[in-house]
Amino acid sequence: MTELLEPRAMGQGLVRRDGVAKVRGTATYAFETPAERPAHCALVQATVARGRVTAIDTAAAEALDGVLAVVTVFTAERLASVEDAELAALQTAEVAFRGQVVGLVLAETSETAREAADLVEVTYDEQPHDSELRADRDDLYTPEKVNPGFETDTAEGDVAAAMATAHATVDHTYSTATYHNNPLEPHATTALWDPAGDGFLTLWDSTQGVHPSRATVCQVLGLPQDHVQVVAPHVGGGFGSKGTPHVNVVLAAMAARVLPGRAVKLALTRQQMFSLAGYRTPTIQHVQVAADAEGRLSAIAIDVVEQTSKVKEFAEQTGVPTRMMYASPNRRTTHRLAALDLPVNSWMRAPGECPGMFGPEVALDELAHDLGIDPVELRIRNEPEVDPETGKPWSSRHLVECLREGAERFGWTGRDPRPGVRREGGWLVGTGVASSVYPTMRMADSTALIRFEAGRYAVEIGAADIGTGTWTTLPQIAADALDVPVDDVEVRIGDTRYPIASVAGGSSGLNTWGSAVVEAARAFRGEYGTDPADGDEMETGVDQAAQDEDHAAYAFGAQFVEARVDADTGEIRVPRHLGVFAAGRIVNPRTARSQFVGAMTMGLSMALHENSLLDPRSGHVVNHDLAEYHISVNADVGDLQAHWLDEHDPWVNAMGTKGIGEIGITGAAAAVANAVWHATGVRVRDLPITLDALLPSLP
Amino acid sequence: MKPFDYARPGDVAEAVRVATLPGAVFLGGGTNLVDHLKLGVARPDLVVDVRTLTSREVTDTEDGGLRAGAAVTNSELAADRRVRERYPVLAQALLAGATGQLRNTATTGGNPLQRTRCVYFQDVTTPCNKREPGTGCSAIGGTTRNHAVLGASQACIATHPSDMAVALAALDACVQVLGPTGERTVPFTELHRLPGDDPSRDTVLEQGELITAMGLPPLPAARTSAYRKVRDRASYAFALVSVAAVLDVRDGVVQDVRIALGGVAHKPWRATRAEQALRGGPATPDAFAAAAAEELADARPQPGIDGGNGFKVPLVTRTLVATLRDLTAAQEG
Repeated sequence: MTELLEPRAMGQGLVRRDGVAKVRGTATYAFETPAERPAHCALVQATVARGRVTAIDTAAAEALDGVLAVVTVFTAERLASVEDAELAALQTAEVAFRGQVVGLVLAETSETAREAADLVEVTYDEQPHDSELRADRDDLYTPEKVNPGFETDTAEGDVAAAMATAHATVDHTYSTATYHNNPLEPHATTALWDPAGDGFLTLWDSTQGVHPSRATVCQVLGLPQDHVQVVAPHVGGGFGSKGTPHVNVVLAAMAARVLPGRAVKLALTRQQMFSLAGYRTPTIQHVQVAADAEGRLSAIAIDVVEQTSKVKEFAEQTGVPTRMMYASPNRRTTHRLAALDLPVNSWMRAPGECPGMFGPEVALDELAHDLGIDPVELRIRNEPEVDPETGKPWSSRHLVECLREGAERFGWTGRDPRPGVRREGGWLVGTGVASSVYPTMRMADSTALIRFEAGRYAVEIGAADIGTGTWTTLPQIAADALDVPVDDVEVRIGDTRYPIASVAGGSSGLNTWGSAVVEAARAFRGEYGTDPADGDEMETGVDQAAQDEDHAAYAFGAQFVEARVDADTGEIRVPRHLGVFAAGRIVNPRTARSQFVGAMTMGLSMALHENSLLDPRSGHVVNHDLAEYHISVNADVGDLQAHWLDEHDPWVNAMGTKGIGEIGITGAAAAVANAVWHATGVRVRDLPITLDALLPSLP
Repeated sequence: MKPFDYARPGDVAEAVRVATLPGAVFLGGGTNLVDHLKLGVARPDLVVDVRTLTSREVTDTEDGGLRAGAAVTNSELAADRRVRERYPVLAQALLAGATGQLRNTATTGGNPLQRTRCVYFQDVTTPCNKREPGTGCSAIGGTTRNHAVLGASQACIATHPSDMAVALAALDACVQVLGPTGERTVPFTELHRLPGDDPSRDTVLEQGELITAMGLPPLPAARTSAYRKVRDRASYAFALVSVAAVLDVRDGVVQDVRIALGGVAHKPWRATRAEQALRGGPATPDAFAAAAAEELADARPQPGIDGGNGFKVPLVTRTLVATLRDLTAAQEG
């Protein structure tokens, strides 16, 4: 147990410190980094899904006025490491997926670069490709682990036997679509090599972590860490897709090395983000649930089929939340993968928990209906005393309280459980509920430096603000740790010249960086007392010994949705969406609310709109822009509320924070699906839910 | 993106003259053309900016109709009191389109000329008969949920995306065109083409022909008119299907009716068969459904890897019935 920091600045809804600069447009993002006479880079992408590049004719491109260089798979420098095949840019003529980069152009302007890229003529020896995920494929395989290191399969007891003898069972297959992260700011880099030839590289990059990014770039390029600086003061969203560097960062560095001393700018186009920047695998979830007449689970199982790229394995941990969510003596989770000729999938907001809280949470709704038990009550009846998987006690678990408070706030009490019977004007009306969960994590490596300068405390750490509010929340933690007013603290982040920091991922950012800051503050006070001299400084890392291993630590939540379905057209609208979360200490209610409602909206978007359409004939996502890949817009969001419990968890870290970036997306789509069923009586088990599925059953 | 020359002529006559050369295109609001320039879908040699050359006024005509200059923005046209009172179907269609920002830029002359919409047309790495005649249609057998069920061909199954155009088709608007050989008037319902075996052309306009104004004929019945757009997303989405309808009902009998459908064909689809079935008959849901069935008799849904567009047939029926039902109720109480 750690001594929880006394909240004074923490808990205040301070406005964003970077807000004015962002609103005025003076906050510089990676692509906007001021540079003298920058060169622009454009990419040449494979138009076949599998095969080999046999020839590349660059003459027309090179003849164009303003073209500085053309680099292809046949002429590119050899990288120091090709261990990570995703990052082995231009190292092979083999094409592993449609959209793979086979060349790049450098030019004086971005228009010229793009025109020249279009003029590069690539000839292929095209091979048949395989890009279709189906549960009945005979080549599904069992990965060794699922992201980031979980057991692939788990089993306890006998699910089949429990299913055979239970009072009630649900046994259905659910599916989630392919999703692309689509942060508003594209993946973008400004890269500059020192002209002196001593091999010093600066990358202004849109990344969720400057140090992790630097480590990867150094490995790929074979550079020592102190030869590379990564800078990312402001990032326009990442949702996991900027959590690890993708090939665009390597390409920017390679392109800039062609023109040492000259900055090179490379931003992916929106279309390129659909093949080069990661995405979430589609999932097919076979879910089985068994219960007695009172709704007590005797079995819960999820068998997941999903995909990975042949280039690099990524096994999304979709089944993992089923291992710990509810009490059940018999449990089974499995993951099977199809390896396809497709781009590399990767992290997207709550990998695992996001898709994995869809099928099971809809199955519970089906079970509740079959048993005539309220779906809130059904979940409460299956509350486990301890973590069912590890047997560890919970560091804190307030799912039941979230369900109860949510039901109260939403007006759930007295709900008519019958589906398809409420009509208001031209609308069929229904309500639904689902649980949310996300593990509480803290990363290993983070160090903070605190320096007393000119009467204020400067806190330096290479943390990231990807829109989450770090510029504002980290000073709040530092102020409380130093016991000074928050105005006396200046935080400097987003640069590898500051001490090492972990990635803004896994909702672990503030947990990790804040812990480092608290350690540094305590050490600083221990060394210098409360009256330090100018220039006194202290650098301390996260105290690994303080990491609690004896508890299962998770944030929980409950989401309630009202869905309305147009009785004429089947159009689905969600006028009310309410979440209650128990996610530890909330450092800043203003920025926290933004993260909760943002993630809930992303869950709504997943439920009704987002759907990357892969054309298996060509092997690429054909709706690869924001006009065709629909994300929920303002008009889709009605009364959207995020609330939270005042939860004190002494086990997680010194702040008592659990991380809030991802939990809001988990369970949201299930709550929408359950509400649509309650409105219409149509149980849609495949996302997204669109009017096509409802039309045949409308009155 | 291919470089092009940019011209800003002094008047429409000069604009038409310089745009006579093949490879010249007119730039209005640019909301569609500029996207296509960036994507390489449009590769003109010359872009002729006409944004300030045509009228930006909506004026009354002697016969009681309205005339909107080609430069009138979608926002301005939708907000015009006369349009809202006399042609509510048009105001509603305009406001159902795109976003506020786009409507502030898109023009009366340009909106109907946006190209048909298809993900394969917009992706120069895929075959497309519209972009590159003779290369084949990638949409057939691909993703077809947004595609046509009426009037499509083996060469192209794309749909026209404009909401405004559907209302104009229902209202029997007429298009004022200035071309190299002078002025002509094109009935709006004849402006757009079906794909046939040459989907490369969306309209009947010849090279160098410029829309200068849109005429709205007097149509008292249009005071009872409505536009119903069906879409997954509540805003900023093209129609899955849409219905523009003008209905005049007295004592339960249809006196006059004008119907156009959006999202179903390569052009705004004037539902003449349905109109014929309804005129002089009872204004009842059954009659509306029968009229829809009449109109959809030749509907040919497309299978697709995304589930296809078979749902559009019942969806058109339901949307048409609902729209006419509501218009009947508005008149008969």
